[in-house]
Amino acid sequence: MTAPMRPGISACPACSAAPAAQALAHQDTVLDARIALSLPTIHCAACISAVEDVLNAYPGVHNARVNLTMKRASIEASPDVMPDALVRAVRAIGYEAHELDAGTLSATTTDKAGRDLLMRLAVAGFAAMNVMLLSVSVWSGAADATRDMFHWISALITMPVIVFSGQPFYRNAWAALRHGRLNMDVPITLAILLAVITSLWETSLSGAHAYFDAALALTFFLLAGRYLDYRTRAIARSAAEELAALEVPRAFLLKDGQETQVPVAQLAVGDLIRLRPGGRLPVDGVIVDGQTELDRAMLTGETVPVFAGPGQAVSAGEVNLTGVLTVRATAVGQDTSLHRMADLVAIAESGRSRYTSLADQAAKLYAPGVHILSGLSFVGWYFYTWDVRTALNIAAAVLIITCPCALGLAVPAVTTAASGRLFRRGMLIKDATALERLAQIDTVVFDKTGTLTQGTPVLTNLHNHPPQAMAVAMALAAGSAHPLSQAIVRAGAAAGLEPAQISALQERPGYGTMGQWQGQTVRLGRAAWVGAQAGAQTSAWLQIGTGAPLQLTFADNLRAGAAQAVAELKQQGCNVIMISGDATPAVAALAAELGITDWQAEALPAEKLARIEALSAAGHKVLMVGDGLNDTAALSAAHASISPASALDAARVASDIVLLGGDLAPIAQAVQTARAATRRIRENFTVATVYNIVAVPLAVAGLCSPLIAALAMSLSSITVSLNALRLR
Amino acid sequence: MEILVILIPVSLLLGGAGLLFFVWTVKSNQYDDPDGDAQRILSGQWDDHPKP
Repeated sequence: MTAPMRPGISACPACSAAPAAQALAHQDTVLDARIALSLPTIHCAACISAVEDVLNAYPGVHNARVNLTMKRASIEASPDVMPDALVRAVRAIGYEAHELDAGTLSATTTDKAGRDLLMRLAVAGFAAMNVMLLSVSVWSGAADATRDMFHWISALITMPVIVFSGQPFYRNAWAALRHGRLNMDVPITLAILLAVITSLWETSLSGAHAYFDAALALTFFLLAGRYLDYRTRAIARSAAEELAALEVPRAFLLKDGQETQVPVAQLAVGDLIRLRPGGRLPVDGVIVDGQTELDRAMLTGETVPVFAGPGQAVSAGEVNLTGVLTVRATAVGQDTSLHRMADLVAIAESGRSRYTSLADQAAKLYAPGVHILSGLSFVGWYFYTWDVRTALNIAAAVLIITCPCALGLAVPAVTTAASGRLFRRGMLIKDATALERLAQIDTVVFDKTGTLTQGTPVLTNLHNHPPQAMAVAMALAAGSAHPLSQAIVRAGAAAGLEPAQISALQERPGYGTMGQWQGQTVRLGRAAWVGAQAGAQTSAWLQIGTGAPLQLTFADNLRAGAAQAVAELKQQGCNVIMISGDATPAVAALAAELGITDWQAEALPAEKLARIEALSAAGHKVLMVGDGLNDTAALSAAHASISPASALDAARVASDIVLLGGDLAPIAQAVQTARAATRRIRENFTVATVYNIVAVPLAVAGLCSPLIAALAMSLSSITVSLNALRLR
Repeated sequence: MEILVILIPVSLLLGGAGLLFFVWTVKSNQYDDPDGDAQRILSGQWDDHPKP
């Protein structure tokens, strides 16, 4: 009775979303291309129909369907329809759209495990309701033959359902026992099986008490907890995969002078790759042709771009800024320095693996305790009455009463509510225990470039130079896509300057731009190119004729909410530290601006890791916030970690929480929510314990009828769920 | 009490029908997009005739 997925689903992942279209597509053309678009701004019925109308009207599109829950459109179209064209068509009607890599997404569309759990939950719910109906008749006075018949019918319903619905528990319990361990599922399995066996025995002897309803209600409540838990993680996983899928891995391969677009996975050592300005290097290699500047911020944290020309070795992950490059690949895929750097992560002992979740802590106390209690009741009653039947009945009652219905719901209900709340604020909780760990932190370590700052430069000394010179600089900068040039154009336009008239404008990739202005040669570019001394600060130089070069300095802009996040974290009593790979002056300036007294500049990835480990060794619980590859080791070593959505894939994978928006302010709120959630979890444990303290003596004394068991179980589960909902 | 012979099978059949109905909704992907389904009701697009 599982939900079988259609075979061959991986070839056509979103067909499951539109079975009718699948049939249609197979009649038409067998080779329909699957395209997925991310639509982050859609929110209403009008948006859905507007986007669907545009996509369905596009020539070559056979079927398009928008999924509002995932904010995604899945499209079946003939292979010649280019995804970029569809993205442009959707943008033309005013909705943001991005292409998603269908290969990365295919895993989420086949949600087999979720359906499986949902099906078992539904069957258990159906059976529990029907058996409860019969049980209520028994409790309200049905006697003799009628009671026996009701019990037998209950047994008939219960047996197959218990076999089917309880499987997740049996499997987990068996896996734990085989390795000589105890987990929550062992007492659960024992309680369910013992309840059914004693009830069958009682029924066959026409006894008064049967626990069929308890066994089913137990299964139902526990499955509900499991399903909630699964949903929370599935939503986070699918959103995380969507982030990864946003980077469609394609490269331009040069072969016999011809450029072809190929997936990055197909590149081999020795291939020639063409890289345009703005592109990220997919492989390690050597520059064969072209000059440029490379942005290495993701790898090292430096904000100043590095010059690169033929013969120079380049690493995967660097971004090409100005010139067109031809690169011969020397290492691809897992061998690239990008991956080797990510391997540091494997060496760093993960904060995650060291942490024992609250649920596990509870299970460690609980599982042996329950077995001992129930075993003692059996032995005690056996020696008191010398009757196996009575003793077994009471042992089963003890197990049913103590069974962790409330415990099983206590954690998932709270984490579901808290994750949902944070998700609406733009935070994605990736790890199950992330909230509990986040609640404990007392030290926050920030990376600078790309985390506290936006990673885009801003011109700082516009007014130190004559407006005429700035007008020339603007005109020169307008001819380049370099981030510093764009910063000059933005700053000039904001100050109301008009670009000067310049002729013979040309860009020298890797150096700068030059042109003719009023009969003089003017240049804007690197220090060495215009004959100036390079300083530590990020700067471009302007030379007019043969005059002294003017220095244009730049600073990195703060990310939105950075100041607020730092201030609020301090207010909550956290120690805030900044560690960056960037040069000292830039780091010092930013630290002063944010009021961070503890900072460290020019830190290597291993030094960041060492600092985190030193802090942990000193007993601090560290939250690491970072985005670069040089942060990944630190991210995984920290007690909890957060990375912005703009971070490299490797950094996002290493962190527990991903910030979906550009704003940093939710970090402080997340810490508060996490603390509130942990409080709720502890409250829920208290509720569950109190209920056990009241009910267990009754069960041990043999006074616990099936009616009391059913009432206590339902009441505690509902109390715990309602308490979790208070978090919203 | 003879009425039970009819009532119990009837209640089980009705419940079973509900269960089968639920299984069908799961298998035909009706829980893939709850937010979208809630919004699509408001669209007047297929009010006159169903989507072909």
